[in-house]
Amino acid sequence: MSERTDLYGLLAEFDAPEKVVAAAQRAYAEGYRQMDAYTPFPVEGLAEAIGFHRTRLPMIVLLGGLFGGALGYALLYYAEVIDYPLIVGGKPFHSWPAFIPIVFETTIFFAALSAVLGMLALNGLPMPYHPVFNVPRFALASRDRFFLLIEARDPKFDREATRRFLEALGADGVWEVEP
Amino acid sequence: MSEEKGPRVEMATPFDPRAAILAPGHTYASITDKISALVLTRRTPRGWFLGFTIAFLLLMLLLFTAAYLLATGVGIWGVTVPVGWGFDIINFVWWIGIGHAGTLISAILLLLRQRWRTSINRFAEAMTLFAVACAGLYPLLHMGRPWLFYWLLPYPNTMGTWPQPRSPLVWDVFAITTYATVSFLFWFIGLIPDLATLRDRARRRFWRILYGFLAMGWRGSARHWARYEMAYLLLAGLATPLVVSVHTVVSFDFAISIIPGWHATIFPPYFVAGAIYSGFAMVVTLAIPLRKFYELEDFITMKHLDNMAKIMLATGLIVGYGYMMEAFMAWYSGNPYERYMILNRLRGPYAPVYWALLVCNVGVLQALWSARVRRNVRALFAIALVVNVGMWLERFVIVVTSLHRDFLPSSWGMYRPTIFDWTMFLGSIGLFLTLMFLFIRLLPVISIFEMRALLPETAPTPGGGTMRPAEAPTTS
Repeated sequence: MSERTDLYGLLAEFDAPEKVVAAAQRAYAEGYRQMDAYTPFPVEGLAEAIGFHRTRLPMIVLLGGLFGGALGYALLYYAEVIDYPLIVGGKPFHSWPAFIPIVFETTIFFAALSAVLGMLALNGLPMPYHPVFNVPRFALASRDRFFLLIEARDPKFDREATRRFLEALGADGVWEVEP
Repeated sequence: MSEEKGPRVEMATPFDPRAAILAPGHTYASITDKISALVLTRRTPRGWFLGFTIAFLLLMLLLFTAAYLLATGVGIWGVTVPVGWGFDIINFVWWIGIGHAGTLISAILLLLRQRWRTSINRFAEAMTLFAVACAGLYPLLHMGRPWLFYWLLPYPNTMGTWPQPRSPLVWDVFAITTYATVSFLFWFIGLIPDLATLRDRARRRFWRILYGFLAMGWRGSARHWARYEMAYLLLAGLATPLVVSVHTVVSFDFAISIIPGWHATIFPPYFVAGAIYSGFAMVVTLAIPLRKFYELEDFITMKHLDNMAKIMLATGLIVGYGYMMEAFMAWYSGNPYERYMILNRLRGPYAPVYWALLVCNVGVLQALWSARVRRNVRALFAIALVVNVGMWLERFVIVVTSLHRDFLPSSWGMYRPTIFDWTMFLGSIGLFLTLMFLFIRLLPVISIFEMRALLPETAPTPGGGTMRPAEAPTTS
């Protein structure tokens, strides 16, 4: 039944964070995998409920920080030892204690930049178009409503059966999402 | 987790206005509507136009002074031998210090799980950003030829030179650049979900497109939130050592030199404490009128003001300890130049400034021991203003008294700020306020999504426990 192309998925609306978490857990237990939940603020346990457990972001930030630190040190070493050696206060050219503040700052700079850009990239943002916005009620996802989406590409998806399932979960409404 | 619970707050215990960080009776919708209405639907108050006009006129004063400065040279200022660091460095340190409270509230209080930070972090972050912008102006204009500012940056150039990283002034370039960037990222990433709210609620097409463009298609997906919270937490972890490093590096500008009164190991902690002190004073100075004129007393409660007053008191006492140690070490070191420096502060030509700074930063502050004073909005506002002035005087004393009489009496001199020093200073306040007024008008001054997340936890759940949706990251 997942052949239909006029439907992106079904969107169920809830009025409380606990309800959407419970619904997501039930849907996952039912065997649905291609789903997402939309909430106006981060809800504890919701990402796990839809089967999302780990993000690679911390590794990206670590690598960004290491890259920044290495870049900073390499820059200073090249500038002060190789390209433009200058005796200042009788200190050696490779006076690494004086390099620490700058290496620290470049580490933070690149780590912070990779945290933000990495988060946006992993989230696929900026995204100019997404089908869920076709549901007028979805504007409330940034206000006080909580949504659970089951996508039509899920192998278990069936237009009628999934709708009945979502309604049985106590949804205040179930909306069809145009692709 | 699955208990039935509406979003409405029901207080199980009698409402204590002194302890609440969010007034009772709010729902997700009412929080959203109230804060977004400031930007979207509410009529702009007449006071806003008045304030903005004044701020904008001061900004014009800055532009005029900067234009005259570029056309003439730094000779229009009072800086000369022996005091080569006048108002520009004083104001630079003052503004950078003010900026520190924003990052402290956003990052350090987040890591310490101080939930009350939520309603003040947004505008404190904006304040940081604008204060850093004002601070950045001064070293640039002080260079004399600001159009060559890029010489500060390390890039291969035809002169065959590189910046000298054994100088703390070069550390400053990196510290301030990183700080400005990270502050902006922190502020902007916090804004994304709220920009999505504004996009969904704006009625006019222009604003929908503008906020939609900035929100980048944010839709509140659970996966996105998980990564978002992780990114926010990591940024907080990165910003915490950063904020300490920035004012430490600023203090190195002084401490690495051998000038009496500057060459002191206490400078880094003493500067960081002073920065947080002046920053919180500025947050209080801005928060009190903001909550009054925009009727945000529900969100910025007495508890917030009380907590900020306590932080001011704690950091102010550290600063007081710094003053004491400066005097003690001058005597204990037995160094005649150090000893003369402190006597010159106490009795020399700038003695009134030193005594005024002690009154402002140490004397008046003691009133905050009293809970009655801390909960008196007018008294707190007055004290915060006094502290702002006091911290400016502190930087004046540090910069001027050490430079104007150092080792050789034959090279002593006096520093007298000119009219253009003052117009520049007033002008930078104009720049700061102009940006602040625009921010209040165009973006949500309080983080809407974090206030929503705060809601379930201010209400006890029927099961007895409290839900803390945003407390911990939802992924490992």
